[in-house]
Amino acid sequence: MSSRGYEAVIGIEVHVQLKTKSKIFSADSTIFDSADNENTSPISVGMPGSLPVLNEKAVEYSVKTGLALNCSIRNNSVFARKNYFYPDLPKGYQISQYDKPICENGWVTFKVNGEEKKISITRAHMEEDAGKSIHQGEYTLLNYNRAGIPLLEVVSGPDMRSAAEAAEYCRTIRQIVRYVDVCDGNLEEGSLRCDCNVSVRKIGAEKLGTKVELKNINSFRFVEKAIEYEIDRQIDAVERGEKIIQETRLYDPDKNRTFTMRTKEDAQDYRYFPDPDLLPITIPEKLIQKVRAELPELPQARSTRYQKDHGLSENDAHILTEERELADFYEQTGDACKNYKSAANWIMTEFLRELNDDKKTISQVVFKAADLGQLISLIDKGTISGKIAKTIFQEMWKSGKKPEVIMTEQNLVQISDSSAIEKIVDDIIAANPGPAAEYKAGKVKAFGFFVGQVMKASKGQANPDVVTKILTEKLK
Amino acid sequence: MIDRKMTEHIATLARLKVSDQDLEQFSQQFTQILKYFEQISKVDTTNVEPLVTPTDIEAFWREDSVNQEFTAEEMTANAPLKSGNLFKVPPVV
Amino acid sequence: MDLLNSGLKEISDAVKSKKISALEATKFFLNRIDKLNPQLNAYIAVSVDAEKEAKAIDEKVAKGGDAGLLAGVPFGIKDMLCTKGLRTTAGSKILENFIPPYDATVVKRLRDAGVVVLGKLNNDEFAMGSSNETSYYGPVKNPWNPEYVPGGSSGGSAAAQAAKLAAGTIGTDTGGSIRQPANFCGIVGIKPTYGRVSRYGIVAYASSLDQAGPMVSTVEDAALTLEVICGKDPMDSTTAQKSVPAFSKNLKADVKGLKIGLIKEYMQSGLDPDVQKTLDNAITELKKLGAEFVDVEIPLTEMSVPVYYLIATSEASSNLARYDGVKYGFRAHKENQMSVTLEDFYSETRGAGFGTEVKRRIMLGTYCLSSGYYDAYYNKSCQVRRLLRQQFLDAFKKCDVLLAPVTATPAFKIGTRVTDPLKMYLNDIFTTSTNLAGLPGMSVPFGKSKDGLPIGLQLTAPHFEEQRILNVGLAMQQVSPVKGDKPHVI
Repeated sequence: MSSRGYEAVIGIEVHVQLKTKSKIFSADSTIFDSADNENTSPISVGMPGSLPVLNEKAVEYSVKTGLALNCSIRNNSVFARKNYFYPDLPKGYQISQYDKPICENGWVTFKVNGEEKKISITRAHMEEDAGKSIHQGEYTLLNYNRAGIPLLEVVSGPDMRSAAEAAEYCRTIRQIVRYVDVCDGNLEEGSLRCDCNVSVRKIGAEKLGTKVELKNINSFRFVEKAIEYEIDRQIDAVERGEKIIQETRLYDPDKNRTFTMRTKEDAQDYRYFPDPDLLPITIPEKLIQKVRAELPELPQARSTRYQKDHGLSENDAHILTEERELADFYEQTGDACKNYKSAANWIMTEFLRELNDDKKTISQVVFKAADLGQLISLIDKGTISGKIAKTIFQEMWKSGKKPEVIMTEQNLVQISDSSAIEKIVDDIIAANPGPAAEYKAGKVKAFGFFVGQVMKASKGQANPDVVTKILTEKLK
Repeated sequence: MIDRKMTEHIATLARLKVSDQDLEQFSQQFTQILKYFEQISKVDTTNVEPLVTPTDIEAFWREDSVNQEFTAEEMTANAPLKSGNLFKVPPVV
Repeated sequence: MDLLNSGLKEISDAVKSKKISALEATKFFLNRIDKLNPQLNAYIAVSVDAEKEAKAIDEKVAKGGDAGLLAGVPFGIKDMLCTKGLRTTAGSKILENFIPPYDATVVKRLRDAGVVVLGKLNNDEFAMGSSNETSYYGPVKNPWNPEYVPGGSSGGSAAAQAAKLAAGTIGTDTGGSIRQPANFCGIVGIKPTYGRVSRYGIVAYASSLDQAGPMVSTVEDAALTLEVICGKDPMDSTTAQKSVPAFSKNLKADVKGLKIGLIKEYMQSGLDPDVQKTLDNAITELKKLGAEFVDVEIPLTEMSVPVYYLIATSEASSNLARYDGVKYGFRAHKENQMSVTLEDFYSETRGAGFGTEVKRRIMLGTYCLSSGYYDAYYNKSCQVRRLLRQQFLDAFKKCDVLLAPVTATPAFKIGTRVTDPLKMYLNDIFTTSTNLAGLPGMSVPFGKSKDGLPIGLQLTAPHFEEQRILNVGLAMQQVSPVKGDKPHVI
């Protein structure tokens, strides 16, 4: 995307909070809403003599994410200390990774306006989160519950050219880390944080412009808006002949603009060096193989398979694979009834509507995917009509009962027995001589009237196919 | 040569308020010490991997389990200033 | 029971067999501290819980429980080790009111073995010093002559042990801080292999070099204490998982056929005549016992002081960043001073909380790690460190242990060297390389200067071979010309 002869260059750092039970270097809990400084220990408060010991799960999750992002996993990666003073940093340094990150050289692909984009992942490195500063105007309070929570910082190449691409990239990363189940992806609680580096340059220019970092954006929509604003702001500035200052800016969603947080004029000197308290991380090939084997099928692969094997449209496949839980639910439903198209329809209409109306997550749904599959089978076998199925579905949604149980309890079995239907048809024709005459005179529309009457009389249980057949014969 | 300006810069980086007299003295001492230490540049270290941990130690990792051994009160008991169980510092902007 | 001349095992056995109570033993040393500490300034803090701890041991013994390998033995702990509920200062103003909520693993293991903690021993501020003159809590005096330094940084431990203000003490050694003061005060001090002893709860000076170890009166006591404190610690991922030998049981004063290496470069560096004489005596005695001597070379010896100081100060500059007046310790600003900028808040607290030598080392290290200098200083040092370690490993292909002086001169007078940092640093020429290479080293008393100050010698072994130096040390102890010598204060 370009405007006024400029193009934007965007690179993104996504901080992925790994959902371990304990912190990366201590046994403190990672529960989000604990009391002030409740999840702390001498290690996370940086007391004298305390030492970090690496959480094996953090390594495993990092490897998992790396593999899902098509990265190569370094068999020897190193923790380094990033030294700077800030009250939310209890040790005066952050344990991070510098020249030897655990994951390198990966990529992701996604579509923006139907066009496929491939964005490189330069690296992904493990680090500990800082604590939380609570600003009270005259003073600041510090809570170290968050200090030491494991993060994987995923760094993209400066490959994106538009705000829409950037937002889609962030969505893709969130989707993947949720698929591989290493992060809950909750932007509001900060379990996923996106920092965007934005610069502009004249189209055709080789040299990159001065980049500005946009921090603390808590929704993908705002990622897009903030970048759009920032691109415009920078182009305006360049057009006016101003110099772009290398700085960190915050986005204010209420005003839809970005503003300066701090300038980086006195360039930080972080004095990185290998942390002598932690030995280099050697990742056994066995671990990589184990993690690779456990890696779930990722959204894109699933979507392709659904289109190819289940005959779904690209759009349907895309919707169904957005969340792993939904895709799993769909597949289990389809597996149970062997009618994937029907499963897809049910899930995208009835199921998603109820889910949205009740503001529920899939794990809160009271029936199983196999039950929905069974419901679809009942339709396919002609045991119930589509209309009855919807009634049964409503009951399943509320009570979690099996479709067959509901069907029996409410006596909702479809009547396909032609002698029973014949009797109803006879009664209806006898009771409505007028319309019968009209139909016979050529007014085809009247046929629908009879179908409706028969269905009504059978309380919707009559098999519509059989009804049609018998009516056609009887009205000849 | 670690001049006065460089010494001041280091003090700022290290967040140390150092008296003028000490700055002057440190500047001279650093110059003298580093001049002596610079002899390490004579050692040929081509293709030598830097050594951090001097012993061959087999790494071990922690199992991901929670062990909340300390209370927030204990962890903030030494705080020079606090509010409830939060550490209190001058405003950070 | 003669507690002044009893080994740790004797005391523990006596407590376990109720010949003496842990409380009596504890009171005996507490009384000595009362009487002698004002002269020596070895203790920064005396534990008010010592008697209570002793009684707990006695109760355990009375109930017939296993009271541990060091049941009822009173120890002094260097103030670099965190002690639960007992003020730990690291010799600094910046931690003047810090009360740790936890014990260092070493302290915990000692307590589990029945040790009673008497109090905290003085040291150079953050262990940065070789004379115990940089402590915020004042210099420690050498019990052999109070005009002289006890060495450093574990000067309080060495002085307390020499004056018997504890049955045993613990020190830490980053560049010689156990061996050098042990050498100056006529006691036995061992720095274990890097990774043998947990660093958890030990105030970090230089993480890739720090190790804690016993500073005691005899090699037997060193072996026993070492046995208690060594071994893997789940809280320190730089501890080795190797099993710990029963050092005290395996102790054997047999040097027959043993190859002892003498480092050529150490011999050529202008030793004080008394130190030279002490070394020569040891060679003669050990030869009589059947040891063989071989010459080895460590050509990078000259580099050990620069490499040590470049690495140690770099690590220290980062390790000491946590002292900022936010979470614990000293803060320069009062409650009503909230208008200060963040930068001033840090600088004023750290500027007033740290002493001159600590500031000097933090700044030196900050410089070495800073952009543009990292490669030439820090990284280069780490490369030379590997080469230096290799030279030691090569030397051990020709010999079983190394024998060397600990320092080129005996203890010096208080105030005579403190003004010239480089000169002070160069005193560490024989001790720092052991830490850089991660090797175990021990100082054993073997001589005396013309002024009556003790002189020790240093034994070094390959990684994890503490037993070898303990065995040679025991042999030396048995034939030592200064065996039984005690400072006047005793």
